[in-house]
Amino acid sequence: MEYTPPPFFKRGPSLFARLSFFAALSLILLYADARFHYMESMRKAVAVVLFPLQNLADVPGELGSRVSSFFVTQSSLQRDNERLARENFLNAGLLQTQQALIAENQHLRALLEMQERTEQSSVSAEILYFGRDPFSRKVIVDKGATQDIEEGAAVVDDTGLIGQVSRAFPWTAEVALITDREQVVPVQIVRNGLRAVVFGMGYDGALDLRFMPVNAEIENGDVLVTSGIDGVYPAGLPVAVVSNIERNAAYPFAKITCTPTAGVNRHKQVLVLSRLAPLPDYPAASETAQGAKPRLKPRKGG
Amino acid sequence: MRFGNIYSEEILLPVKPAYIVLTLLAALMLNLLPLTGRVLALRPDFVALALLYWGIHQPRKIGFFPAWLLGLAMDVADGSLFGQHALAYSAMMFVAIFLHRRVSMFDLRHQMLHVVVILLAMQLIVLGVRQAAGGELPGWWYFLSSATGALLWPIAHIVFTAPLRPRHDPDDV
Repeated sequence: MEYTPPPFFKRGPSLFARLSFFAALSLILLYADARFHYMESMRKAVAVVLFPLQNLADVPGELGSRVSSFFVTQSSLQRDNERLARENFLNAGLLQTQQALIAENQHLRALLEMQERTEQSSVSAEILYFGRDPFSRKVIVDKGATQDIEEGAAVVDDTGLIGQVSRAFPWTAEVALITDREQVVPVQIVRNGLRAVVFGMGYDGALDLRFMPVNAEIENGDVLVTSGIDGVYPAGLPVAVVSNIERNAAYPFAKITCTPTAGVNRHKQVLVLSRLAPLPDYPAASETAQGAKPRLKPRKGG
Repeated sequence: MRFGNIYSEEILLPVKPAYIVLTLLAALMLNLLPLTGRVLALRPDFVALALLYWGIHQPRKIGFFPAWLLGLAMDVADGSLFGQHALAYSAMMFVAIFLHRRVSMFDLRHQMLHVVVILLAMQLIVLGVRQAAGGELPGWWYFLSSATGALLWPIAHIVFTAPLRPRHDPDDV
């Protein structure tokens, strides 16, 4: 319903010109973001504007969970309490032996004059919501750059590695899960120390252990932990358990599927570990090998 | 209300720009709801729906800029590539303004058929951008949100026009 008189003369540029302008603008942004990652500061600015809106949108869900947690039954509370007391008891025992081990480890490392493992601080955070982008697997947590969360930090829950902070906004952070298609985690098999890399497959509950020869010594049920050689993830975090191995001699590599030990579907609380001290620089290539091998850099997510 | 030609029976109050802004913000809030799993797959793109509605019904009061800006907001909120929604919403706004006379000739049921095709085309643009940037293919359920969006079209019409219906004066019989 138009009450203004229709324009007799064309006002402004034509529809197609306007479309071309905005499409070109979008394409420039897309190219700059996908190829050069130039857009991070602009993204942060928009995220700050969106933050109050996002908080407002979270209110109904939060109210719902508060109401439902208010009506928890006595028996489930008792059950939880018993389980936690048992876990606490077991953990206390482990902790005592671990303190002895830490002291012994420090002593041995000092004897061997190896680089000290740095103590890591951690920040506990809560998952606000799951990423809505259907092309990637991400969660958003409620702590950000103002709480000393850095991009690239590892994120764990009580059972293992969940992912890595991919973007730190001022008050929130985006965590790329290890099941994301672009995430790569260097791992080590606990049983025999074999090193490998696991790739996300783009959906829940499965990781792909690639580039393992058909005759590699690996079995169902092998536990994979982070190897720590990437300088991104601290060593020894549980990542996955091998669940299925297909050895086909027709292919050079075995097809190995693993089940991640941690899952974001279980708890809302996660722990964001601080970043490791940067590894020493890769030594410069010698004269003979110069130009043959590119300089190794810890790639994003790997 | 009857699913008839919507212009034949009702005369609405003029739309204020502030009202359009309000509905777009409300749509953005709905898109920001923390949903997961199946509900998230079924969730229609409320912002696209609202933009399409105003593009078809008030093409002179809305343009490319709001569509583009909301697209950027959605890109940041989703953590997706910067500009993919901006591009898709701009293209959708073009189609909406281009076809607004044609679409508003139809009744709501036939408008829904237009809407589902436009929303699907919008999603295909997003998909194409992600494929070009090396993304993975999501499942077929990715396109479900277009269907739910089109199903919401009559409801969107009722909700958006509700404050625009003239109030009957009780003294006037």
